Amino acid sequence: MLIRIELDGTVRQVPSGISLAAVLAGLPGRRSASGEPRAALCGMGVCFECRVTVDGQPHQRACQLPVREGMVVQRDV
Amino acid sequence: MSDLHTEIAIVGAGPAGLAAALAVCEHGRAACLIDDNPKPGGQIWRAGLTAGSRSATNREAWLTNPAIPAELTARLARVEGLRVLPAARVVATQNAGSLLLEDASQARYLHYQKLIVASGARELLLPFPGWTLPGVTGAGGLQALVKQGLDVSGKRIVLAGSGPLLLASAATLRAAGAQVLLIAEQAASRQLAGFVWSLRHWPAKLAQAARLRWALRGVPYRAGSHVLAALGKERLQSVRLQQGQHVRELACDWLGVGFGLVPNTELLQALGCALQDGSAKVDALLQCSQPNVFAVGEACGIGGVDKALLEGRMAGLAAAGQVEAAQALIPARAHQLRFAAQLAHHFSLDPAIRQLADAQTLVCRCEDVRHGDLLAYNNWREAKLQTRCGMGACQGRICGAACATLYGWPVTGSRPPIQPTRLGSLLQLETTEAPSS
Repeated sequence: MLIRIELDGTVRQVPSGISLAAVLAGLPGRRSASGEPRAALCGMGVCFECRVTVDGQPHQRACQLPVREGMVVQRDV
Repeated sequence: MSDLHTEIAIVGAGPAGLAAALAVCEHGRAACLIDDNPKPGGQIWRAGLTAGSRSATNREAWLTNPAIPAELTARLARVEGLRVLPAARVVATQNAGSLLLEDASQARYLHYQKLIVASGARELLLPFPGWTLPGVTGAGGLQALVKQGLDVSGKRIVLAGSGPLLLASAATLRAAGAQVLLIAEQAASRQLAGFVWSLRHWPAKLAQAARLRWALRGVPYRAGSHVLAALGKERLQSVRLQQGQHVRELACDWLGVGFGLVPNTELLQALGCALQDGSAKVDALLQCSQPNVFAVGEACGIGGVDKALLEGRMAGLAAAGQVEAAQALIPARAHQLRFAAQLAHHFSLDPAIRQLADAQTLVCRCEDVRHGDLLAYNNWREAKLQTRCGMGACQGRICGAACATLYGWPVTGSRPPIQPTRLGSLLQLETTEAPSS
């Protein structure tokens, strides 16, 4: 089943049940303290590299978040 | 929010935590099982897509995870006195006998009489040039992402590092349609042969190794090989590897690198439990140095799923007052501990692995602290104070283990909160600790 989420202002259809990190697929979600692009590293909620803003809440770990219909995701890059 | 009360609190719903919960509840005691993830199973039995994504409040729905052995799920579904708290994390400890929990909507206390910590392990991720590029993940990390639904079909993947997890990860990736170009194991072929030979004492593990190798037929598995650098501009494009005497470059889409596992001991440290060699120090019945606290599974020493199941059961029995039944399992645990020792011995790190970072390589990825910046310091505390190493969002969970491996610095002085948390949750703490210097 496909659901719709909004990623950086664009509506995308994604399979339900997958994590937001799986949707991002290595697309950086943020820039580091010195400006490097960063994406998921540990895949299990430990490293905090996959942080994105979700529904206005900053610093959400994409690997711990199942996608939801209508979820609004903003990458900080 | 109203406080929760339980007889036996169990943190972590992987094999050890589930086995503990079962032992407790099958002996008529009440347990409350807490896990950070929406579904049970921990990392090794990570729920796949078919398991559904919603964090079910209903226990039976929550237990639906085909990766967990059916018998365990069925028995857990039948017991009385088990309460589950999915997608909740422990952010602080309060006095003896209370944990502050946070989930998406609220923070509240859980008061317990006994606590079983089954916090599992994370990957040992070590710095090498280019390891911060998007597309470079942990080896188990990449496996976890695929189980979360990452599409890797047709993708070119290189796995590197050390330990059996490389093979398990490769099998998952291949089953998902990826093209696994190479598995680079840092251990020498002599070490690997020694490990395989030792497996004759654990026939089930030998059979499992054989099954994995069969699933991976045609995938090159090279001993004495390690990553030198990940290359690319804004994203990974290729990897440079040392293979014996040769250096080669391989173009790839993903690179998964993990050098083994590190016990998660943050909660145990917050509780004041003593550690030994980086894992919880426990007695023969898994009791920690603090009263009424048990540590089980990877948290008290890396040894795999069979050790975790057994220790969870032992601690569950002991906590439920079934001391004799727990004691009867001591010889079986000794057998599992011998396996753990084999694992540590045969996959010990080549000194070259500690030399992969150059002066410009970031060691602390949260605060962007370079290897060259850290060489001037003698210990973790000095390095933290002067460079902010280990003071970012992950609270040193990644670079702490890296610094311990590279520089021999034990990680000391961890402070609450145990996890980055909302201010609103911290405001619930009844007393705040005076800051120590």
